[in-house]
Amino acid sequence: MAETDTAALKPFSRPQMAARVAQDIPEGWYVNLGIGIPTAVADYVPLEREVIFHSENGVLGMGPAPEKDKIQPWLINAGKQYVTLRAGGSFCHHADSFAMIRGGHLDLCVLGAFQVAENGDIANWATSENDTAPAVGGAMDLAAGAKRLWVLMDHTTKDGTPKLVHHCSYPLTAVGAVKRVYTNLAVLDVTERGFVVIDMAPGLTFEALQARTEAKLHTAS
Amino acid sequence: MINKIVQTMADAMAGIKDGSTVLIGGFGAVGQPNALIDGLIEQGATNLTVACNNAGVGHVGLARLMELGRVARIICSFPRSSDPVVFETLYRAGKIALEIVPQGTLAERMRAAGAGVPAFFTATGVGTKMAVGKEHREIDGRTYILEKSLPGDVALVEAWEADRWGNLTFKEAGRNFNPVMAMAGTLTIVQTQHVRALGEINPDHVVTPGIFVDRVVHVPYGDPSGF
Repeated sequence: MAETDTAALKPFSRPQMAARVAQDIPEGWYVNLGIGIPTAVADYVPLEREVIFHSENGVLGMGPAPEKDKIQPWLINAGKQYVTLRAGGSFCHHADSFAMIRGGHLDLCVLGAFQVAENGDIANWATSENDTAPAVGGAMDLAAGAKRLWVLMDHTTKDGTPKLVHHCSYPLTAVGAVKRVYTNLAVLDVTERGFVVIDMAPGLTFEALQARTEAKLHTAS
Repeated sequence: MINKIVQTMADAMAGIKDGSTVLIGGFGAVGQPNALIDGLIEQGATNLTVACNNAGVGHVGLARLMELGRVARIICSFPRSSDPVVFETLYRAGKIALEIVPQGTLAERMRAAGAGVPAFFTATGVGTKMAVGKEHREIDGRTYILEKSLPGDVALVEAWEADRWGNLTFKEAGRNFNPVMAMAGTLTIVQTQHVRALGEINPDHVVTPGIFVDRVVHVPYGDPSGF
């Protein structure tokens, strides 16, 4: 890519990426946030906008992390971090919690990913067919079960390898599931045409974004 | 008089056979019946298949059971933890078999077992390596795979309150897999923080009715720690 492309480029920071996802979640949605970067999205949804966060270990109506002197040792999230329960929140067992997921009751799930393909395939649980100890957790249930799946991830790996690809080379989590991707460089919808760019980081041109993307990009119009 | 409360761990563990499938509750340390796992270690049954969401932390509890060579196979969704050293060492050495199951499929397989449903179709895992070798069926335009139920010869469960009929309540996120495993176990053994008199637990608050429970042992250990 041309150096002029990168001179003025200001990638979205992690907080900006999380805030952008949060801004797009309307009041009243039931939402599961995956472990890792997606967890931070909750910090950017104001409490007065009532979005109900679900954690697959049986917590519905999860609130922010507790202050250190107010930890409830029995109240953790799927990342095994201490959390709080909002007024109106409830607990359920694992089969009911996953009935919420697999029964299509969640409006949205936000996951991290290693790769997303232009047909919406997602790979986010193993980077090799021979992973030493593969750990899938609830990712496959969430990807197949939520009404919509958004991915929040960096646009490329640290060495610049594109993560938005024609076909995922890593083991799949789900087929054709991703509806939108938020990266540090762009926001893209996954459509029948493939990836459609709906927003880009300041200073980035469409051509420069394409140069960092394996899959073919489309403009909105 | 029905009294499922037993006075010693040896009584709680009596009769568990070699080769049993043992369902172990908990999500990380929360709701994990550590005293019962220690009881099973003491009891001696071996060549076990264990179903548990995680595969042990450090060298205690489930990790210790595995380290002692007593677990031939583990069925779980997430074998990683803050310190999965025992599992990873055994797995790399080929000394333990691993069946990875998506977490919701794991829970549903046990609920199905408890409900007398031998198998069910699910969309989870379609198009992934989890679907390899499984029956596929299209129902109303969507593809599903067939998953079999997962009954346990034994279920080890942690409750918050129990009475002598085996009615159970749970504490916050400590509920997790416990009620589902209680249903799926042929012999369901419970450790409880509190023993209540019959009728003291509000019937509206009972999460697991005593019909799913065989033995209860009182283990008032306090709060969980260590993930």
